[in-house]
This record gives sequence, structure tokens and C-alpha cells, in this order.
Amino acid sequence: MLCSIQSYAMRDTRSEIRPKLGIRLWLCGGWLFCLVLGALFAPWISPQDPLAQDLFAARLPPFWVAGSEPGFWLGTDSLGRDVLSRMLHGARLALIVAFIAGTLTCLIGSTLGIFAGYYQGWADRVISRFIDIWMAFPPVLFAILLIAVIGTGMTSIIIAIIIIDWTRFTRVVRAETMSQSVMDYIASAQVAGRGKFSTMVSEILPNLLPTIVVLLSLEMGIAVIVEAILSFVNLSISTDSPTWGGMIAEGRISIHQAWWVLVFPLIALFLTVLSFSQFGEGLKDRFDPVLR
Amino acid sequence: MIAYLSIRNLSVSLSNGPEILRSISLDVDAGEVHGLVGESGAGKSIIGKSVLGILPRAMGITSGEIWLDGVNLLSLSVAQRRRRIGALAALIPQDPLTALNPSRRIGPQITRRLVGILGWSKSAAQARALELLKEVHIENPEHVMRSYPHELSGGMRQRVLIASAFAAEPKLIIADEPTTALDVTVQKQILRLVGEMQARHRTALLFVTHDLGVVSKVCDHLSVLYAGMIVEKSQMRSFFAAPSHPYSRALLAASPKYDDLSGGLVPVPQAVIDQLDGEITAFDKGSRT
Repeated sequence: MLCSIQSYAMRDTRSEIRPKLGIRLWLCGGWLFCLVLGALFAPWISPQDPLAQDLFAARLPPFWVAGSEPGFWLGTDSLGRDVLSRMLHGARLALIVAFIAGTLTCLIGSTLGIFAGYYQGWADRVISRFIDIWMAFPPVLFAILLIAVIGTGMTSIIIAIIIIDWTRFTRVVRAETMSQSVMDYIASAQVAGRGKFSTMVSEILPNLLPTIVVLLSLEMGIAVIVEAILSFVNLSISTDSPTWGGMIAEGRISIHQAWWVLVFPLIALFLTVLSFSQFGEGLKDRFDPVLR
Repeated sequence: MIAYLSIRNLSVSLSNGPEILRSISLDVDAGEVHGLVGESGAGKSIIGKSVLGILPRAMGITSGEIWLDGVNLLSLSVAQRRRRIGALAALIPQDPLTALNPSRRIGPQITRRLVGILGWSKSAAQARALELLKEVHIENPEHVMRSYPHELSGGMRQRVLIASAFAAEPKLIIADEPTTALDVTVQKQILRLVGEMQARHRTALLFVTHDLGVVSKVCDHLSVLYAGMIVEKSQMRSFFAAPSHPYSRALLAASPKYDDLSGGLVPVPQAVIDQLDGEITAFDKGSRT
């Protein structure tokens, strides 16, 4: 994936047509970059210990509101824990889940999709029927049920996301593969002596990458949401570790006394999901050789 | 002596029954251009696809033999057949817009047969590709080798496809309406180019088209197809002088004459269609008993 993106980039410099990097790509990429940095260095840059409670400093407002205290930039929650520090640590969890669950879902779903779309026959029939059955379940309820069965914890969340969302990749990749495999260049490759499997990998796969990149980036956004939902209903990691969903759930209770506990994690969640989805679209617009 | 490509009694049908080709036989010798003409759906392209082993999923060869260079392709295993076709034959596809992989550069797409099947070194294949691109009159071949398909025009892409078809010196080329997707001025250049390349490399060429004008420019022999049957096989010259089957006469009469536009369009007479339908029914009865 990376190498094909690089080769597209190289072509730009060669043909000396440098399309402007879209503002969308910059904004979304910028936010995600900051988030990754924040998550990576959370233990060092957090102003406070995210778990330290201090009932004397409960519900302190953010820094620009009267009554705030230095060191608690975005205020504290009802137990006196620093909102900013908790958000930074929450970002770690959100991003780990996004990257691992997103990538694994993408790998599994796309593999099934390309096989179903290219070999068709019974493989396609089995996989497609599975998708039909799978999609009959409401996803969030399905996730909650899964977690209830396999237990809470990071691995369980990742497994739940994979189990729920592989169909998204499989459906799209399958359809795309089918439309690619009737193209003349596939016939040409076969006349040139390429085997079926090697045609699939070296001819079809590169043409699916733009689609897969968009889906992957969307999926990371979805993984963030699912993780937030699960921690909102307290089915995520252990109760005391900071998560965005957990913070939103707690903030909801004290919204009249301390709106900031709810609003800041919400904004972070919103921006992150939006950035993931728009980042993928932006990449596609910029690097898809057919669109440009 | 068996011809270089010899198709004997080839029948192809859809997996759910209907026949697409009805016992087709035809021979193409080395250095010869054989034209296949007929209406849309007559089965012209399917003949080429059967030879190359790229029939659509829904179709299958039900009977017959395809001899290529003295070997019956249909008696080989799938892998053997693919290797043999890869080494001996090539395809010039119909639509230059979809026949090149959009996400790969032109260079590797031309050289892949040389490197993959004939085991050439990369640099030798590269040099050969440059030479071929010059042969198809592409200026600046180094630049084209590094381009992506979408950076080239339709005519350029068709040239690239012709170059890559001739790259591994195949003994048989199947051209599946190579000019249909191009406009008339480019068509003429491409036809001349195909003829030129074919004569220089002494390739057997099976030329599929629905354009009798094109046939008259390139082919030595031709077969007229109707509903999967060959209704007439003849030498180019004698065909245009005196076509023997009434359907061929009707086809010739239907092509527009540029020097006399007063006549309008001439449809194929009902009597001819009735005769053809009769021949098909007779054939189907004969093949069933």
C-alpha cells in the first residue's frame, strides 16, 4: 500500500503537475497527527495523573472561566480528575483500537471479498450468504452481546469490531473485484500466461487499493465510535481506565454543573471520526490514478 | 500438412443450453490474415476467446479441436494450455481504454510476457520494448514506458497494445475488433500499422471485425458468420468480386457507398434470413441425431 502511494507521488514530481494538497487532507491529517502525538506521549505531557482524585478540586471549570485553577486546563470532573489528562490517555486507547481493529478488519474482510469476487462459484455463494445473515443483526446490539459473551477488555473490543464489520469490506471489495475482473486487461494478463491467483494479486489488487484505503480509514473512525459506545455502556476496559466513552457517560450525569466534562471528549470524538473518514476520501482524490 | 491454427468442428454453448458456435472449422496459416465478419452476436469474438482460453465464465466448449502449432490445445491441462498460449499467441483487445491495467506503468505491461514466460532479462526486455514502441511510431518511447495508461490517448494506447502483442514474437495474433473504439482517422493508421507489423513478423493473424471495409484492407481470407455458423469461407478477392452466399451478398449491399448516397440503407432481405434460419434448423437437427 505504502509503496504504491509512493510511486504515485513520484509520478507527480516527474510530470510536474502538482495538484494542490487539498485543505481537507491538511486539516484531517493535522488533527490525526496531533492526536497520535498526544496519545504517544500522554504519560509525559499530561499535566496531571488521569486517575488521581481530589474531591477538593472537583468540577473545576476550564481555564478561561472564572474559578479555574492553573494546571487543570480543561477543568476537572465530579471526582476532581483532570479532563485534559484523561482525554489524552483516552486517546491512546481509542487509537490503539482504531489501528489494530481497523487493520485486521480490513485484511480479513478484503481477503474474503477479493476471493469471492474473483473465483465466484461456491466460494462466492457461501461468503455472500454469510454476509446476508450477518447484516441482519443490528451492529451495536450485536457488539454488546458479543462483549457480554466474551468478556470485557481491549482484545474483546477488537475481536468484536472485526466480527461485526468485516462485511463492510467484503461487500465492497467483492463488487469492485467483479467489475475489474471482466475488464480486458485481465484477459490480456491471462493470455500472457499468468495464472489465476497471480492475476488476482498482481493485476486486480493494485486497482482495489484506492477503495480499500478509503474503507480502511472509514473503518478506523467506526472503530473509535464502537469503542466509545462500548465504554459508554461500561463494557470496555476496566471501569477506572480513562476512555472517551466513559467520560461522556460520566459527564452526562453532571451536565448542568460541569458541561466541560461532557463537551470536550465529545468534540475530540467528533473530530477524530470526521477526520478519519475525510482523510481517506482526501487520499483517494489525490492519489487515485483514474480519478485524476 | 496441418495449418498453423486449425479449428475443427468447434462448438461452444452457454452453460444453460443455447449454442453460441455451431461446429466451426477454419484454418489460418503462418503469415496469413484471416478475417472473421458477421453481425453483433454472431460469435466472432467467441472464436478468438475459445482459442486463447478466455471464454466468459458462463460459456463452455462442448466439442471440437483447436490445433495450434501441431498440438490440440483442448487435450492439454489448463496450466499447460496457458503456458503454450502465452508462448505462441497474443491478443490485441477491442477496447484500448480497459485493456491496460490502470494502476501499472506501460513498460512492465509490455515486458511482462518477455520476462515472465520467455525468461528474458529485465534490461533486454526493456530494450526490446523501446524498440517495439518505436516500431509502432510512438515518439518519445522512454517517456511512454514510464507513463500510466490514463496519461495516453486512445490511439496511443492501441499502439501500445499492438506493441505488447508483438513483443514476444508470437506466431499467432488474435485481433478482436482492434479499431472499433477509435475514430476513423486513427483507425486507418492503426490498420496500416497492424498490417505492417504482421507482414514484418510473418504472424498468423485472426482478424475479428464487423466492418467489411476493414476486411478488404487487411485480410487474405475471410469467413462470414451468422448465428454461430460459418456461412461462407473464401479468398478475399473472390469474395468481393462474387460472394457466393446470399447473406454475404446482402451484407455487401448493406455497406454504405460513399460515391452514391441516394440509395439509403439496404436491409438484409427477409428471404435471406429465412434461408439462414432454415440452415440453422437443419444443422441443429443434424447435430442432435
